[in-house]
Amino acid sequence: MSAIPPIITGWFEKRGWEIHPHQRAMLERADNPATLLIAPTGGGKTMAGFLPTLVDLAETPRAGMHTLYVSPLKALAADIKRNLTGPVAEMGLDIRIEDRTGDTSATQKKRQRVDPPQILLTTPESLALLISYEDAPRIFAGLKRIVIDEIHALSESKRGDQLFLALSRLQTLCPDLRRVGLSATVDDPAAIATLLARHPAPCDILLADPGPAPNIQMLTTEERPPWAGGGAAHAIPAVLEQVKAHKTTLIFHNTRAQAEIFFHNLWLANDDSLPIGIHHGSLDKTQRQRVEAAMVRGELRAIVCTGSLDLGIDWGDVDLVIQIGAPKNVKRLVQRIGRANHRYNAPSKALLVPANRFEVVECVAALEAVREGDLDGEPRRPGPRDVLCQHILIAACAGPFDADALYDEVTTAGAYAALTRAEFDESLDFCATGGYALAAYDRWQRLKQRPDGLWQLRDPRATQRIRMNLGTIQDTDTLKVRLRRNRGGKPLGEIEEGFAASLTPGDTFLIGGQIVRYEGLREMTVEVTRRADKKPKIATFAGTKFATSTQLSDRILRMFQQDNWPELPPHTAEWLALQRDVSRLPERGRLLIESFPHDGREHTCVYGFAGRNAQQTLGLLLTKRMEEIGLHPLGFVATDYATLIWGLDRLNDPAPLFDLTALQDGLDSWLAGNAVMKRTFRASATIAGLIERNTPSARKSGRQATFSSDILYDTLQKYDPTHLMLKITREEAHTGLVDFGRIEEMVARIQGRIDHKRLSRVTPLAAPLLLEMGRVPVEGAAEERLLAEEAERLLETAGIADLTGTA
Amino acid sequence: MNNCSLSLAGADLVALGSGALWWPAERLLCVSDLHLGKSERIARRGGTILPPYETRDTLLRLTDDLDRMNPATVICLGDSFDDLDAARALAPEDQTTLTRMQAGRRWIWIEGNHDSGPVDLGGTHLADLTLGPLTFRHIAQTGARGEISGHYHPKASLTTRARRITRAAFLSDRDRIIMPAYGTYTGGLRSHDATLTALMRPDALAILTGPRAYAVPMPR
Repeated sequence: MSAIPPIITGWFEKRGWEIHPHQRAMLERADNPATLLIAPTGGGKTMAGFLPTLVDLAETPRAGMHTLYVSPLKALAADIKRNLTGPVAEMGLDIRIEDRTGDTSATQKKRQRVDPPQILLTTPESLALLISYEDAPRIFAGLKRIVIDEIHALSESKRGDQLFLALSRLQTLCPDLRRVGLSATVDDPAAIATLLARHPAPCDILLADPGPAPNIQMLTTEERPPWAGGGAAHAIPAVLEQVKAHKTTLIFHNTRAQAEIFFHNLWLANDDSLPIGIHHGSLDKTQRQRVEAAMVRGELRAIVCTGSLDLGIDWGDVDLVIQIGAPKNVKRLVQRIGRANHRYNAPSKALLVPANRFEVVECVAALEAVREGDLDGEPRRPGPRDVLCQHILIAACAGPFDADALYDEVTTAGAYAALTRAEFDESLDFCATGGYALAAYDRWQRLKQRPDGLWQLRDPRATQRIRMNLGTIQDTDTLKVRLRRNRGGKPLGEIEEGFAASLTPGDTFLIGGQIVRYEGLREMTVEVTRRADKKPKIATFAGTKFATSTQLSDRILRMFQQDNWPELPPHTAEWLALQRDVSRLPERGRLLIESFPHDGREHTCVYGFAGRNAQQTLGLLLTKRMEEIGLHPLGFVATDYATLIWGLDRLNDPAPLFDLTALQDGLDSWLAGNAVMKRTFRASATIAGLIERNTPSARKSGRQATFSSDILYDTLQKYDPTHLMLKITREEAHTGLVDFGRIEEMVARIQGRIDHKRLSRVTPLAAPLLLEMGRVPVEGAAEERLLAEEAERLLETAGIADLTGTA
Repeated sequence: MNNCSLSLAGADLVALGSGALWWPAERLLCVSDLHLGKSERIARRGGTILPPYETRDTLLRLTDDLDRMNPATVICLGDSFDDLDAARALAPEDQTTLTRMQAGRRWIWIEGNHDSGPVDLGGTHLADLTLGPLTFRHIAQTGARGEISGHYHPKASLTTRARRITRAAFLSDRDRIIMPAYGTYTGGLRSHDATLTALMRPDALAILTGPRAYAVPMPR
């Protein structure tokens, strides 16, 4: 395929555009089984992915699905549809382009199955659903190409694992399927290529010209950043000035809650009434679409957003990207910066706005890393088996399957190439019987092996329940928020169930940039009115929490060792000096521990700089030991740099807490009972199909129907400790949430050099941790003591202490 | 000392941290909503295949209470089985455990909405039972006095100075006691649900279960 049809070259010429070298190269490789294109944002990556399809369909027009496009975001699929439909129409090509996501109507979806478009744009979840249909072979008949956009984002998550398993299925249905991956700049292209290709086939890697270096700086503000917090309210005037000075600005935040607060404050200060919108994943779909449409029409001067706008959506004339809060990860920072200036060969312009003084340090370190091109990467884990279990159920939905063939198929997915047959069989047994040591309910197996050896669902009606629970995205349970009206008011978005439970009528909170008043709960919907009579609470949406990479942490520790910090703004340099003055600064070869009373509780802060996950594990291990010693720990919170533990009693000698052998010995028994493991279990058990989030009749009554997944976890621990779900939970925890390797690395690094500082109050460096979200409770003796105290207090207040006694 | 004394219609009762109710004068132990066989029923009806250990676990905990209190009478206050098929499908060793528990004492199954009608597992089956001043039935009736019931699986949350703690709970006022669910696989209905606040008097108590039983004004 070398000559490009004139209707396509003509279209480029008419616009005075040239076909980029990497777009041509993609065309030359159109018949490769797999090609990975690494190109900067704005490099015409999408066109490079679709060009071979357009050429093929221009030369040989035909009906039926030709190319499947998968992106991690619904919004991205919709955006590509918009940006592809125009050129295709202008070229006069008769190609139907449709998207299919969770937002597509049921009628449209049904029609797509009967009469598939030539180009279908979808997400991993919608694709999983498609391959679960009995008529999947007919839907995908003739499929020639699959384009996976933003593959770097998918390759780091279970959504990617699910997608690559679905791809193994598609390849069986369509043996000639060509695979294309489009990726932003990454540290390790070969690792992504391994995931993309059909194992063990090779994969071509194409590197496009990275373009000019970005123009990226830290925003200097008149106002000093606060000691702690993530609001960056101090930067509002400076940010507004920047918005005024540019055409369109994207203002990125790390969490949804921060985006809400910032947007609120921005509006309060927006004296010129600049058109500014907000966009994040917890907002109602129609709200989001309104903002997207206004953005496309060029009506907005700025959008306050989160990761929901992180990926390659083309917002047209964005000429400035502002990152509020530390970027945590240099790779993602570079990708976000690429959002500005979607013209090839124009440098992107970006500003970092640290929200507090610690983040000033982190931002300076990140800028250094960007200048040195030092992208951070993490080692890849083997494909998780909870996703495999879901894939087996999906296969069963599509029809009876042969276990040997399915095993051969899934091991062509790079992440599952090393999966042993025994591991596969264990997963199959789990899907079929539950895989319990106690052989129960043989009659009610989920999957049955037929006399001809094929596996099928015992009850064909189970397909509905399985399909309702597809996907690997683990949103915490959320409740919809609506304005209270007679017949169901306007939907505003969603808040976490836990946050909703903490509200009492009259409380106000922020959502979608407005202050609303909580009125009550009606059929699992939060009803609110628009009224701002109090200072709002902050909805604790579960925004994605990113971990600071090892590379960035090391840079920060190196900076701490300097005598002074000319590269830092004076306020931050002074803050570090103050910390050095009242306590000391953490060092790479030592471990700093501070303890101090605060807010009626004893606090211990451990500066391990081991990354969020390892610091979290450290929190779990340390609180376990503190519980044993009788210090009554109540909970802890972990950041990338430190773990802050609070409890009822004071820590005097930290040394015994840090005996590595004791930590390791305790690991397994400790793993059994803690909150992070239960959280991990809940996620994995939901993906594997043990817990159903959605059932045909659920959510109506909300009563007695469900019980906590913690009960299942405890029951398995007690009666079936070697069960597959517990193995998966442990595997997950070791690679993901536990990350014991980094604790070992830290212990080796400090070699017993512990500096314990006993202080009378919270230190400059510890203060930010008090405001961190994501506190992990410790269930122990302290809980009983608190209950006793509170019960007594309540009874006395009510004057009924003498009504009851103890027997 | 881990329990909580109550008085209802002149009868002195003890709410145990385990979720069982003890009537010392009658040496009577009452438990509610065991939901034995729940995982079997879910699997049978095409749901997920949950760990099949909840029956064993529930019976083990009940055995502990029986060993500790040695009651002359045991009342299971309805929804003892997740449904009648679940009762019939009870594993032989669980049946043996039940038989052993019933030996030498009076055992009463009160009918619930999940398990109405007799099952072949020993004991007496009753729609409800009145003993002295107290009436035992599955679902509370408005206007009743001296009534002990289950059905709603009440739970209550306390906001302590450090965190919010939620436990299965007894609800108690001068007319009635609503028992927490005893079964391992049981969720709960929060005490401030309208159904429960309508049933209970304004001065009702909630008794939170757990290692110790704690009485507090019923959160509503």
